[in-house]
Amino acid sequence: MQLQTMAAEKLSPAAPPADAAIAIDDVTLRFVTPDGHMMTAIRDFTMTVARGEFACVVGPTGCGKSTTLNLVTGLLRPTTGNVRVMGNPVTEISRDIGFVFQSDALFPWRSVIDNVAAGPLYRGTPKAEAYERARDWIARVGLARFEKHYPHQLSGGMRKRVALAQTFINQPKILLMDEPFSALDMQTRTAMQDELLDLWSEQKSSVVFVTHDLEEAVALADKVYVLTAGPGTVKSVYRIDLPRPRVMADIRYDPKFIEIAKVIWSDLREEVQLGQNRGLQTGH
Amino acid sequence: MTAISPAADRAATRETSIAVAEARAKARLHRRHALVIGLRLAILVVFLALWELGADYNFIDPFFFSSPSGIWEQIWSWVTEGTSQGPLWLQIYVTLEETFLGFVIGALGGIAAGIILGRNRLLADVFSIYIKIANSVPRVVLGSVFIIALGLGMASKVALAVVMVFFVVFANAFQGVREADRSMIANAQILGASPFQITTTVIIPSAMSWILASLHVSFGFALVGAVVGEFLGAKQGMGLLISTAQGAFNANGVFAAMIILAVMALVVEFIITRFENYVVKWRPAPFNEQGA
Ligand SMILES: Nc1ncnc2c1ncn2[C@@H]1O[C@H](COP(=O)(O)OP(=O)(O)OP(=O)(O)O)[C@@H](O)[C@H]1O
Ligand SMILES: [Mg+2]
Repeated sequence: MQLQTMAAEKLSPAAPPADAAIAIDDVTLRFVTPDGHMMTAIRDFTMTVARGEFACVVGPTGCGKSTTLNLVTGLLRPTTGNVRVMGNPVTEISRDIGFVFQSDALFPWRSVIDNVAAGPLYRGTPKAEAYERARDWIARVGLARFEKHYPHQLSGGMRKRVALAQTFINQPKILLMDEPFSALDMQTRTAMQDELLDLWSEQKSSVVFVTHDLEEAVALADKVYVLTAGPGTVKSVYRIDLPRPRVMADIRYDPKFIEIAKVIWSDLREEVQLGQNRGLQTGH
Repeated sequence: MTAISPAADRAATRETSIAVAEARAKARLHRRHALVIGLRLAILVVFLALWELGADYNFIDPFFFSSPSGIWEQIWSWVTEGTSQGPLWLQIYVTLEETFLGFVIGALGGIAAGIILGRNRLLADVFSIYIKIANSVPRVVLGSVFIIALGLGMASKVALAVVMVFFVVFANAFQGVREADRSMIANAQILGASPFQITTTVIIPSAMSWILASLHVSFGFALVGAVVGEFLGAKQGMGLLISTAQGAFNANGVFAAMIILAVMALVVEFIITRFENYVVKWRPAPFNEQGA
């Protein structure tokens, strides 16, 4: 018991410090639905990610996880409250941000190398240099033989690796990932998680990683945010003090890991059930 | 726990039986292909023979419905002796030139308008009503307007072809832009693309298959525009050739001109298909063609 409370320390939400990498301060966001009503996606939402921190977000489906990430990119604006990135209010899409999308967002008309080189090319890097860096990143995600392939000629796992290379090549200081590995099989996912942790510790970026898989969250994160069923708000925050470097294949058998996962799951379970019941009532 | 591996000799026999099955499947495909071509030729021959015989025995009146030999003689005399308006190749050239100009101008205009309105919601909401109105005007009637305004020369035919092509291409380009995947656009934005780069590297490529689909149809429309324009009043061109033949009750001439136009359309259609395959080579093959 002693161990477990030390490992998964429940934090009390506080106003974000000024120098945080990401600071979402008391944000509410409402969508206007097609029939003209207002629909609250997230409410009174406060979240801080320190520089170099790895934060995971878990919550029932439809609770506003993707919406939260879009607030950080600037693609969505809060209805009330404010969002700061690296201390500055979000006014436009920041060059410091990298985003791995929930859905497949590669450009199907570009080959693997053209997809990976897209970021530097958009940002005005000379062609030769952009392609050299792209080649380097493709090799790092283990796809060197597939440079000339088009996305439709790759497996789902390979496409995800291309998406990672496409994002990492810009060396983002802030990395947002929306269920990036949920479509992968167990082995590939474990390998990609290890790869992600390597890249993260090397680049010292700050990460927000959305997942519906609690074990994945606990295994990767410094900090886990549990959201309530929609309209989403932060239910609780846990600090995960498992030692690093972590090895994904082994960590799930670590007794301390299992204890933490149990504690957080008992917290999350209520929300998942709530979300499901609500979904049944409203019929979607 | 023991691992089980299949015996090696069984693997070898399996290899050979796969090879045999493969060869059989290939031969079957080959035979089918030959059968399809053979049937197509047979239908053509039977059709032409019935037509010719029907005309010979007066089941079909060749005065109204011509006959294959009559059409052939007409084409041959046009090729060797020229038409009443000058050499045949000149008529083809004039019509093709009008069609191409109309097609290119109409398609470029349609693509540009489709992209601009597709990217700008306000413009789209404001202009959609006018486009609907313009689109509902029967376009062939505009041919008369153009002839009055622009004269009997090339300009009036090109204008009619442009109008025929523009709306089809516009509608498809607009739809293609609207269907562009939102997360793909967001991805480009976050990777650092400017609005202009998004248009050129995301919007246009993703609308490309829509646009190309419309180019197929609209080349035919451009040809209709040019021919109808010539029909209504011209000094040169295939349309004039048809209308002259019609005036002289020369069914052979009408059919011969029609066949020449059909061949022109087929050749261009073939070229557009080649172009399309070249441009969208990133597209996955349909499942039934994969691995063939
Ligand atoms: N553009 C939009 N317009 C209207 N409502 C939206 C829009 N985008 C999202 N929503 C609504 O906001 C809520 C939160 O959506 P969001 O995509 O953030 O959920 P999520 O937590 O990422 O879910 P999942 O785990 O299924 O991906 C949902 O109820 C959704 O219907
Ligand atoms: Mg989501």
